[in-house]
Amino acid sequence: MHRFSKQLCVVFAFAICAGSLVSLADAAPPASRAKAFSTGSFDPFIDYINSQIRQGWEDNEVEPSPVATDAEWLRRVHLDLIGQIPSAEAVEKFAKDRDTAKRSKVIDQLLDDPAYVQNFTNVWTNLLIGRRTPRRVSRSGMQKFLREAFAKNRPWNEVVQDLVTAEGHFEENGAVNYLLAQMQNNDEGVQVTAATTRLFLGIQVQCTQCHNHPFNDWKQNQFWEYNSFFRQMRRINHRKTDPKTGRQVDDYSEVVSTGFNGPVYYEKRSGLMQVAYPIFENIKVDPQAGIERRKEFSKLIVKGEKPLIASAIVNRMWGYFIGYGFTRPVDDMGPHNPASHPELLSRMTEELVKKKYDLKQLARWICNSEAYNLTSQFGRKNEIDSPEKGESPLFSHMYVKNMTAEQLYDSLIVATGAHKSGQSNWERAETQRRRWMGQFMVAFDGDSGDDSTTFNGTIPQALMMMNGDLTKNAISAEKGSYLNQLLLDKSSDQVKIRKMFLSTLSRYPDRREIKGAQRLVGSSKNKLSAYQDLYWALLNSNEFIFNH
Amino acid sequence: MTILNPYGMTRRHFLNHVAGAATTIPTMHFLSHLEANASQVKKQQKACILIWMPGGPPTIDIWDLKPGSKNGGEFKPISTKGDMQISEHMPQTAQVMGDLSLIRSMSTREADHARGTYYMHSAYVPNPTVVHPTFGSVVSYELGSRRKELDIPSFISVGGSRGSAGFLGMAHSPFVVSSDGTIQNAEINMTEQQRLGQRLNMLEVLESGFIKSKRGESANSHKDIYKKAVNLMTSKQMEAFKVDQEPAALKEAYGTGNFGKGLLLARRLVEVGVPFIEVSASVGSWDLHQGVFDSLKNNNLPQLDKGISALVTDLKQRAMLDDVTIVCMGEFGRTPRINQNVGRDHWAASWTAMVGGGGLKNGQAVGKTDSDGIGIEGKSYLPGDLWATVSHALGIPLDIVHTSKRGRPMKLANGGTPIKELIG
Repeated sequence: MHRFSKQLCVVFAFAICAGSLVSLADAAPPASRAKAFSTGSFDPFIDYINSQIRQGWEDNEVEPSPVATDAEWLRRVHLDLIGQIPSAEAVEKFAKDRDTAKRSKVIDQLLDDPAYVQNFTNVWTNLLIGRRTPRRVSRSGMQKFLREAFAKNRPWNEVVQDLVTAEGHFEENGAVNYLLAQMQNNDEGVQVTAATTRLFLGIQVQCTQCHNHPFNDWKQNQFWEYNSFFRQMRRINHRKTDPKTGRQVDDYSEVVSTGFNGPVYYEKRSGLMQVAYPIFENIKVDPQAGIERRKEFSKLIVKGEKPLIASAIVNRMWGYFIGYGFTRPVDDMGPHNPASHPELLSRMTEELVKKKYDLKQLARWICNSEAYNLTSQFGRKNEIDSPEKGESPLFSHMYVKNMTAEQLYDSLIVATGAHKSGQSNWERAETQRRRWMGQFMVAFDGDSGDDSTTFNGTIPQALMMMNGDLTKNAISAEKGSYLNQLLLDKSSDQVKIRKMFLSTLSRYPDRREIKGAQRLVGSSKNKLSAYQDLYWALLNSNEFIFNH
Repeated sequence: MTILNPYGMTRRHFLNHVAGAATTIPTMHFLSHLEANASQVKKQQKACILIWMPGGPPTIDIWDLKPGSKNGGEFKPISTKGDMQISEHMPQTAQVMGDLSLIRSMSTREADHARGTYYMHSAYVPNPTVVHPTFGSVVSYELGSRRKELDIPSFISVGGSRGSAGFLGMAHSPFVVSSDGTIQNAEINMTEQQRLGQRLNMLEVLESGFIKSKRGESANSHKDIYKKAVNLMTSKQMEAFKVDQEPAALKEAYGTGNFGKGLLLARRLVEVGVPFIEVSASVGSWDLHQGVFDSLKNNNLPQLDKGISALVTDLKQRAMLDDVTIVCMGEFGRTPRINQNVGRDHWAASWTAMVGGGGLKNGQAVGKTDSDGIGIEGKSYLPGDLWATVSHALGIPLDIVHTSKRGRPMKLANGGTPIKELIG
């Protein structure tokens, strides 16, 4: 994996001297120049990303899949950026649009959509505090903090700094909920150390809590050095009297600083006690009282041209959009786990720092890249590009991702047009969503670190999709419902069938599907129930539930 | 009471409906098991029923009384059919103690609810690097996967799940049902029943199209899960969930509360071949920081006593007891010292777990606590030892090593050793 990019790097350095990154395409072999891909975006850095990915295809002798159809791509980019499928109207409009830059324009539009904020708030709430809110953690506080961060597109380094240095009331300063969620056990900051390094630095030091890393040269003291940054805080859980019952109930929680100073102690496997001081990447922080170690930590993690905090978010976001990151898992980077495209990862990291950790810019780079625009169908010429079988990803086709529970819920709402009939009240919509999600997650918990590409559906989830209330409502034919509207339409069966495919799968049916649907409608005495059955099948299909 | 026959009709009747749909062939992809599993499931299959006492039971007042000690509390011990004494408030269970055993020297160090629950279920202490499978998932993985005739999930949790399948994968996660056998969303009305056939036909058209378009394994996995869900909805084994069909006298014997119903349901599930059932002993709180004796005497123990004794008697009458291992415990015991609220607090250092049936050498108490119930005299046991004993009874080889997603080897039951006295 290291071999393919060396040569290109030299060319690249030359290209920078020449002052034009676009000229890179000229340096590439004629075959790829002929097929130079563009969404219509003029950012030369995207050309650089494409050339790096192409180099990997050439080195491994795979041919990329074709560019995804507009319908496939539009559905994907809606799910990834705003967490829901496009409406039927949006698909039709996009298909008719003749602008050669229409893909890059849609990306910019979606980045400005309020649902972008909602989507990434969901993603990061789940990462920071989990899908099940731990006790005495304020989910709404966490969401409020994140909503503000994504709405203002705050630089990622500042968001992380706020999270690790947070103090105060869990609703007044929502950022503290990240820490509170990691302070469930009285564990000397072990969990918060493990989570912070994994989520924000992309490294997994937790096994060095008890022993040296088995596959690289990280030592046990490193864990405890990181840990010593998180020892000057504690949580206070306030209680209050419930006026109705007179009993003591939970009030708010907060994170406060403590006067902890000096080193921390840990035990080696031999039983020997060791001491660790606050040290980050060989920089030692004064262990005396009066030094706020979390503040020091937040300054140290952004030092340098390619800090871990930047490569971690690049890798995570690449994985979020394309299904696999440059390492697997995305949050286990390090010498024991080399990246599939190290030069690309490194350059993207550097560029992100130069762009002041602009997450929208990062999303723009990825969504406008050639890899992101390919179909998820693969063929004989690239079937070896199969990370689900353990191969290193080559990004020669899109990888099928699972919809998250939130995406599924919101997509069902879009498919059935429920978003049009009021329900715009954020709080109320959120309450309903959470109620449904609670049911959905009865047997969903599993590993939070699971690949997003491994289907991890369960029987209860399938039952819920087949027979649950949301599906029942979706296929109901009551006045004002989607089906009711559709049936009032004077159009032919075939037109109706085509519309239903468009609003659920964001594409028109093929001949076989039309035949199947017509057979279903034709053989039924009751047209309405036949359409309900068709709709049921569409919403339950693999194609609907996957982001592909 | 919800009757869980999703169709309100026989399997043959259901098949007729399916046959009545436009095309039968695609549907049969989803219902492929229907002809296959006509044969009767054998009753001699091994199984484990875990009776879980959430909150941490005061075992010093149930299984290991300390008369004469200041920690002894209000209850008196009584003799049993086994070689041990138990609480006077467990008189019916005393009569079946010849088929059960006690491990009186559990010493498990985790005295926090969440950590103790995790530890007792998995034999591993919580660790941020990995999610260890709860033992029901291990049994599902080892035994359930081989029971091809089983349409229903092989790890069923009655009344709530505690723990997950961790690195063994979602297929082995606990399948939660309520104690009256209700499975959420498995029930559909008559119209939906009649239309399931054509719905599945159409679904098959869509699913196969997407699979053929070559986008990876996920598309197939999705179809497999749906197949399982449909199998579940239409399986004859769903009868097992209809706990209400049992004779009134037997229901009365188990107790008509959720706990009794749950145990009776567990027996029915064992009969169709489910290898692991966890039943929540939801007979009131076990987290008895105050008023421990009143709660036990008036509420918890009468129900526990009834349920356990009825289960053992019932299994024995059906000649199933040697194949079914029973475990009864919570996440820890409770302090020998009685606090100022006449309660007992969390205590993991010395407490009792009950095991029985399963062809073990029963009727004995293994391990010993001192006269105040605080210290352990002689050998103490860890959850791994308990689960190793259960593995032995279930015929799961003890040298099995599972591998976590990161390639880390994990010994069965954390490398515990079966308790010598119990396995003979």
